[in-house]
Amino acid sequence: MTVRLMSVVGGMFLLTVCSKGDQSTVRAAPPAAPAVVPSDSPEASQSGGTITGKIKFTGTAPRNQPIDMSEEATCKAKYKTAPPVEETVVAGPANALANVFVYVTSGVPASAKYQAPTAPVILDQNGCRYHPHVFGIMVGQPLEILNSDPVLHNIKAVAKKNRPFNVSQPTAGMKTTRTFSAAEVMVNLECNVHGWMKAYAGVRPDPFYAVTGPDGSFAIKGLPAGTYTIEAWHEKFGTQTATVTVTGTESKTANFTFAAR
Amino acid sequence: MINALMLAVAVLSTQDTTQGKAVYQKWCAGCHGDNGDGAGEGARHMLPTPRDFTGAIYQIRSTASGNLPTDADLMRAIDLGLPGTAMPGWQTRLSDRERRDVIAYIKTFSTFFSDTTLRPQALDVGKAPGGGADAIRIGRLFYDSIGCRKCHGDQGRGDGPSSPTLKDDVGHPVFAANLHESWRFNGGATVEDIYHRLRTGLDGTPMPSFSDLLEQKFLTDAELWHVAQYVRSLSPEEAPAIRDVIHAPRIKGALPRSPDDSAWAAVDAYWFPLVGQIIRKSRWFAPAVSGVWVKTVHTGDSIAMRVVWDDRSASPDTAWLAHVRRVVAVLASDDSSSGQVSAPWPDQLAVQFPMTIPSGMERPYFLMGGPGAPVYQWRWSSSSRGAAVPGLARGIERFDPISGATPVGAQAVYDHGQWRVVFTRALATLDTASQLPFRTNRAIPVAFFAWDGSNGEYGTRVGISTWYFLALDEPVPASVFISPVLAMALTLGLGLLVVWRAQRKTSFRRQQ
Repeated sequence: MTVRLMSVVGGMFLLTVCSKGDQSTVRAAPPAAPAVVPSDSPEASQSGGTITGKIKFTGTAPRNQPIDMSEEATCKAKYKTAPPVEETVVAGPANALANVFVYVTSGVPASAKYQAPTAPVILDQNGCRYHPHVFGIMVGQPLEILNSDPVLHNIKAVAKKNRPFNVSQPTAGMKTTRTFSAAEVMVNLECNVHGWMKAYAGVRPDPFYAVTGPDGSFAIKGLPAGTYTIEAWHEKFGTQTATVTVTGTESKTANFTFAAR
Repeated sequence: MINALMLAVAVLSTQDTTQGKAVYQKWCAGCHGDNGDGAGEGARHMLPTPRDFTGAIYQIRSTASGNLPTDADLMRAIDLGLPGTAMPGWQTRLSDRERRDVIAYIKTFSTFFSDTTLRPQALDVGKAPGGGADAIRIGRLFYDSIGCRKCHGDQGRGDGPSSPTLKDDVGHPVFAANLHESWRFNGGATVEDIYHRLRTGLDGTPMPSFSDLLEQKFLTDAELWHVAQYVRSLSPEEAPAIRDVIHAPRIKGALPRSPDDSAWAAVDAYWFPLVGQIIRKSRWFAPAVSGVWVKTVHTGDSIAMRVVWDDRSASPDTAWLAHVRRVVAVLASDDSSSGQVSAPWPDQLAVQFPMTIPSGMERPYFLMGGPGAPVYQWRWSSSSRGAAVPGLARGIERFDPISGATPVGAQAVYDHGQWRVVFTRALATLDTASQLPFRTNRAIPVAFFAWDGSNGEYGTRVGISTWYFLALDEPVPASVFISPVLAMALTLGLGLLVVWRAQRKTSFRRQQ
């Protein structure tokens, strides 16, 4: 429990740091943040098995589109070293693929119920981009949406299994909290004032999910013994699945390789 | 209380989904689809597209963002229709029973309605505070500070910096509402309607809810009401009535050639709605220009006509190319070229007259004449703003400029989502057979056509009007008023004279 709490606090701390940081922090930190928050914080227990893996891609990653922020001088000013680009494909060294949502699609007994953490997942709007870009959240877990930009954002959830929402945050410091009531991969989050702003939330009934960091690695911990289907979702490259059997407290590996398209 | 409950139960139990299905299939499925997915046969010709009921996401509600609509919300949309869209009102066409039943059936398309935890609850919105100039001024301040202008634009014509990028949940193009046309607001034109849209948002579209701002004390409820009052103040009190005859007064001063000449302020404006051209291929079901405001004056030897219309961009504008692609992707095309999005097109306007003033009621074909029966047009394009081209249209596909024509002047201004163009010409022409000589006190047929290049409009893809009339008024000469008085005085005088003579004769005989 203490470990869990600590990791939540750690995750929130990291997010807060990114949200306040300048351009270089913003660029460096966000991919790391989602890996910290969802994979560790809602962890069921320290016992059980772990599935880890690395996600790569073959081919050449498409170039991320540059973002024209000329309408929003205060956002543009946050990118001092390099102009902002979209985060469609965030690649690490050796074709490692970040921002992949990895989760257990089947194998968790239907009778198992997992309590959603009361600590919120924090989604920050900073520099007219979302941090994190991809994240997991449990059904019923609060999603705290912050505006760190002194400009109007509307945050809209486009969902099928969940009810949508679309709320306005006209200035910095605004905070809105919402929850999701049903599992759904993915709920799309978007800002219509800034058409380039997109985030993806994987909503799960259990804590068995993770988001890859810049090194393409993930770890899903605390799995009870069983055979699981896990799926890796990427916004551009699609999905892949693998079957993994966990018998005890060992760590199993499931690597995925996407083809760039 | 118990009575009310029993009544509620009674009302619910009278909703019959089987009957509702029959009504739906007869009247609704054509657009909304047999399965309620919004993909009926008619949907391919509509923008905005018909509601997809399977997601249970509704724009016009009295409930918070993301919530289901109440039955009363659904009934309102069915009763009154959704102005500015293809959805008509059904209040007078279907019985109360039929409308209640169809609501029950529509709700079966989504499981959200059977989820008892999602029971919709109308927001308590209170009452509007007093309006007036101060309320509107405060409303304007908050219009700016809560960011309305990002999409709706500085002057509210839907031309904000984000407007070219707007799309709905499924990626269909969406226009930010032109706040000067309250009669086209989907959810109604009253201050209360507008306030509701601010509180609830329009789910499925980019329009967010502003309710959270009240909770966070960013502004007060009264201030949000003032935003609604400000928005309402941008439109005329009533939807503009269509009057068939443009009266052009004769003015004494110089011809007002500039769109913002102060002389225009005193002239009456006439509104003419435009509709999509759906007669000739390739047809156009989503014209972006909803209508034109026209003022005309003449000096006895020249005419000036000012045409004003709202347009979200001064085309050609590459920022709108993605929007054009989205429009083309939604609308069914009936020619092979329509899938292509080439270079951005300019905005265009055509004013159409017959070649000569017809003596009877016979007029040329309103849709730009025909091969053997041309019409005389003034064409203006945003790519050469300071000129208009007079020419003859021989059907919608063919326009021939007239070389050496009596010149038609044009001056144009684009200002915050609005074009204002003044056309000027001498009343007389050398070529009286084809370049309409204007004459006073005659009914001269006139029609209007507008293309919004940034909406993918060119050629046959155009907003059109029918024929209306233009009358160049002459001041009524003083003799019209004086002659009857003179005639009456003369008659009276003559009468008196006769009576006097008769009386004199009578008294003369008596004396004898």
